[in-house]
Amino acid sequence: MKFGIVIFPGSNCERDCFHAIKNVLKQPVEYIWHADTALDDFTCIILPGGFSYGDYLRAGAIAHFAPIMENIKKFAEGGGYVLGICNGFQILTESGLLPGALQRNQNLKFICKNTKLRVENIKTPFTARYKEGQVITIPIAHMEGNYIADKETLAKLKKNEQIIFRYCNEKGEVDAASNPNGTLENIAGIANKRKNVLGMMPHPERVSEKVLGGEDGVHIFKSVLEKMLAG
Amino acid sequence: MFKAKIKVTLKKAILDPQGKAIEGALHALKYINAANVRIGKYIELTLKEKDEKAARQKIEEMSKKLLSNPVMEDFTFELEKIK
Repeated sequence: MKFGIVIFPGSNCERDCFHAIKNVLKQPVEYIWHADTALDDFTCIILPGGFSYGDYLRAGAIAHFAPIMENIKKFAEGGGYVLGICNGFQILTESGLLPGALQRNQNLKFICKNTKLRVENIKTPFTARYKEGQVITIPIAHMEGNYIADKETLAKLKKNEQIIFRYCNEKGEVDAASNPNGTLENIAGIANKRKNVLGMMPHPERVSEKVLGGEDGVHIFKSVLEKMLAG
Repeated sequence: MFKAKIKVTLKKAILDPQGKAIEGALHALKYINAANVRIGKYIELTLKEKDEKAARQKIEEMSKKLLSNPVMEDFTFELEKIK
């Protein structure tokens, strides 16, 4: 049982994720180089934040065709746990492992701040430790976090309970004022139908221990760990 | 050999905040009749292919696969035979 963190040229949150798994969760974790193709015996793969390939063309567009991605697709399709954070989420939508797309923030600014999120679905391997509707604080730091999908896709996301996190206010109300980037229906994170692939714009690794200012994010890693331990 | 000129634009239904910002700037410059500004990408490439039909097919394919994201973008292209 082992976590793997993929490094693309331009990834810049891989060490934070590594630290959260190795020193906070105290679990085995290894880096995976984008140009490799072998995926060894990983149980959970993390696609970290950053600017893979400089975000050239579109965020995540070129990373989608990195040599390692073919096996990551197979891994995900076989039920392996894949967590895409920020740029990782963008790579997952570009790869078609998650529906929809992430376009530029409506105000055209890079937004870096704490956001409140409402946990919309706890019946996933990544959110089992939260309470339904719990309000958590996790920071965002992105230029393209404005999630879009057509009506049919949105209807499917709702029907299959694939919307996992929404931006909300302190009371947990999902309103326009809490929407940082123009994202469709305040969506901050979604999963695939099977729920083994989660993509989210907020950075849970940045709130994985008290010294960092919060622990609201660590439960994503702990949830998936518990799931992994349970087999 | 062919030269392809590919234009990638956001789908009509998708709000283009960059276009909106530029429209605002144009209005500030007193070009008040300017409207519907949309930003896109322009990509040029050459393709070693003898047959035009095959070249078209290849450009179509690469535009769908990598150059555009069909979820939010449309593309058009022109093909020109070169030496």
